[in-house]
Amino acid sequence: MSVIPSDNIRRFLPWRIERRGRGDDGYLAVAFVLAALVAMPFAALVWLAASGSSSNWSHLATTILPEASRVTLQLMLGVAVLTGTFGVVTAWLVASFDFPGRRLFSWALVLPLAVPTYIAAYCFVEFLHFAGPVQSAIRAVFGFQSSRDYWFPDVRSLWGAILILSSVLYPYVYLTVRMVFLMQGRKAADVARTLGASQATVFLKVLFPLARPAIAIGVSLALMESVNDIGAVEFLGVRTLTFAVYSTWLNRGDLYGATQIALLMLAVIVLLVMVERFARRKQRFTLGRADRPQPGSEKLSGGRAFLASAACALPILLGFAIPLLVLGDFALRRLDQLGDPQLWRALFHTVTLAGTTGLVTVLVGFMLAYGVRLTGSKRLLLMTRLAVLGYAVPGTVLAIGILIPLAGLDNWVDARMRAGFDVSTGLLLTGSGIAIVYAGFVRFMAMGHGSLESGFTKLSPHLDMAARTLGRSPGATLFEVILPLMRPALLTAFLLVFVEASKELSATILLRPFDFETLATFVYAQTSRSAFEDGAVAALLIVLVGILPVAILNRSILAETARG
Amino acid sequence: MKRSRSARTALPIGLSLLVSATLAAPVAQAADVNIYTSRQPELIQPVLDAFTEETGLSTATIFIDKGLEERVKAEGANSPADLIMTVDIGRLDAAKQAGVVQPVESAVLAENIPEQFRDGEKEWFALTARGRVVYASKDRFDADSITYEELADPKWKGRLCTRSGQHQYNIALIAAYIAHHGEDAARQWVTGLRDNLARRPEGGDRDQAKAIFAGECDIAIGNTYYVGKMATNDKEPEQKEWANAIKVIMPTFDNGLTHVNISGVSLAKNAPNADNAVKLMEFLSSDEAQKIYAELNYEYPVEPGIETSDLVKSFGELKPDSLPLDEIAEHRTKASEIVDEVNYDGGPQS
Repeated sequence: MSVIPSDNIRRFLPWRIERRGRGDDGYLAVAFVLAALVAMPFAALVWLAASGSSSNWSHLATTILPEASRVTLQLMLGVAVLTGTFGVVTAWLVASFDFPGRRLFSWALVLPLAVPTYIAAYCFVEFLHFAGPVQSAIRAVFGFQSSRDYWFPDVRSLWGAILILSSVLYPYVYLTVRMVFLMQGRKAADVARTLGASQATVFLKVLFPLARPAIAIGVSLALMESVNDIGAVEFLGVRTLTFAVYSTWLNRGDLYGATQIALLMLAVIVLLVMVERFARRKQRFTLGRADRPQPGSEKLSGGRAFLASAACALPILLGFAIPLLVLGDFALRRLDQLGDPQLWRALFHTVTLAGTTGLVTVLVGFMLAYGVRLTGSKRLLLMTRLAVLGYAVPGTVLAIGILIPLAGLDNWVDARMRAGFDVSTGLLLTGSGIAIVYAGFVRFMAMGHGSLESGFTKLSPHLDMAARTLGRSPGATLFEVILPLMRPALLTAFLLVFVEASKELSATILLRPFDFETLATFVYAQTSRSAFEDGAVAALLIVLVGILPVAILNRSILAETARG
Repeated sequence: MKRSRSARTALPIGLSLLVSATLAAPVAQAADVNIYTSRQPELIQPVLDAFTEETGLSTATIFIDKGLEERVKAEGANSPADLIMTVDIGRLDAAKQAGVVQPVESAVLAENIPEQFRDGEKEWFALTARGRVVYASKDRFDADSITYEELADPKWKGRLCTRSGQHQYNIALIAAYIAHHGEDAARQWVTGLRDNLARRPEGGDRDQAKAIFAGECDIAIGNTYYVGKMATNDKEPEQKEWANAIKVIMPTFDNGLTHVNISGVSLAKNAPNADNAVKLMEFLSSDEAQKIYAELNYEYPVEPGIETSDLVKSFGELKPDSLPLDEIAEHRTKASEIVDEVNYDGGPQS
């Protein structure tokens, strides 16, 4: 069996202590600079939170804070359970069984990732509201006239928010868990099956424990996105802490207090992540060698096959089919927008920004994760752990944290240039594409780094050790051994960040240059004047831009499978 | 095999690097007048186009919603912003308090814009006004007049819909109530509104009209121009039905006047093109621009003597509250606190 608890090896080989080699210190220095770059916005926010005393706390503590905290925790709990269920069950089904539609499901299950949360919220409300197709059908069948004649669940509620967010966020769990099931899980499961364990026992005793780190990574991404979300929860009337952040800042003119709440939320997230990591501190699994992913082939038939297909179809229906249907309906009446060159410019901006953000994030994420692996530096590890938290901060607040140091730097450079050479350089970074890319990689480091870190944990330390023992320099080890093996993880990281970045709204809108639209800002401009329908074509394009990487993502995993 | 794979990786990387280089260059060169706006581009572009046509001066805009003042502030002396255009007296006042705008001396502005609609210290000027009015069901609501105070009357229990109490339009209305009747009365009023709610506050103003259409409630609070937008929505004829289900009632405070909010413009403190910017400000207050605003956006022009669109006329006459707008801005924080205190957004309590 190829599953090896690597901590045991580490006990015998002083891997963490005596492996600084030539070039490591230089590498470490670069990694620290990068980590600092990612950490800078947080530092700016801490500075902001500390620099003003907020009169708001007594107000908040006695009014909405308890309620908002409760709502936020309930939302997190609900999203954790539902994304976990959707993600793990579907990953288990497509990775272990053969049933009608499995090939289709295995990639279609990732599609909801392409739908931004706020767009999903609008579409669900549109689909389920009084004049929508569902309620209209109910009225037609039963002959009701007014909404007071019958009861219909209100999708604009906490449970609605949990359902909607989970429907588009579960792919994080699905992607990470499926990979584990296909790689480490397959062989372990086969061994257990040979030894007479039932599929249920295999799932509970072998696969689930194996997948726990992956579930934790996937669920925490979903949770961070739920916590930082404002568009969907505001529209659904769910008052989370993020809602309190914005009302404190914008209505009470208290940016300091708002930042303080945001940092408090961050602290809670950090705590949760630490608790989870602590709970599985003794577990660590790596592969003895680089296994090819391998789907199971147990055939399901009859009722079981139907149930499996239905279980996979449900989340796709919720997270992709409904939004697509609603958007498509609106878009069909607005096909003339396709002739608008602005729309195509927005598309170009979206793709280039997302591509650049993806590349930069993967590069930086890789350097950080590899730096930790190479040197075992505890301090770098801590900084990388901090670096991935950007995703838990409400987007606009994080953007403020980027704006302040960048503009500060620009003005400092300008002042120096004026004093020294009598030239004004003006604002070089603020209001440029660079600022947006910077915001993107700080925000989405979690996606990039998460995939890379789990990719690294799958590579046995034997590999590096062997290469180094055989006289390879760290650089040669990297290029000849690590990079080829990490290719799937790098691709996954890039595509995840690309999809996320193509949906990015709050930082883009605050940091962008003049007359610069992306698809997301275009949709937002329409929705913010209560005309979401007019943004449907652009919203559909966002989804399409996301589908392509999702398809590539899946094809590359399947290709690996076929080769293995 | 190996080579083709690295070629496949190299190509996108090379392309992306090229693109990054493009991104690094200033993406859009600033124009003769540069505008940071929290008004959606669609709503101001026609007026800006008219300006360019008349003067030959080009304009560039960034639509920034949350954080506009913070950006100008952070950019400091090098900020490219000439004009700041925002909606809601709260935002205009926030820019003034943040110290990112400067006073403008202009006889044209003083002549076109009534005193009530410009800042005493000349740091902001209103361009359009919108009434915060009552949408009432044509079928289920008989009266043709109502006061803001009466909206809290228990007889409307379970019949009122609004968007979130923390939305800037509702905050401004509550702030006006504080200015009229004091803080305690306002707290009672908001509590009364809350008890009359048919459901938790949610959605935007249009959604309230939709709720009346669906029979969820009989009266709602909303801005005037949304009615115009719904009534003329050819793309979504369904919205015409919503507009058709409601009638607009101009509610008044007990002084007989209706609460209005404004959209407006300020000159940025470090405006690099201040002269051109003031030209644009003056143009925005002119007959020509005010007419475009009135026809296109169903807003009320601030310049006296400019006719509103026919549809807006059908709402009845709007008599704007004479309360100074900066007084409303002053009470915003309190208004926002009251909304939290009575848990307005939690909806009806029973």
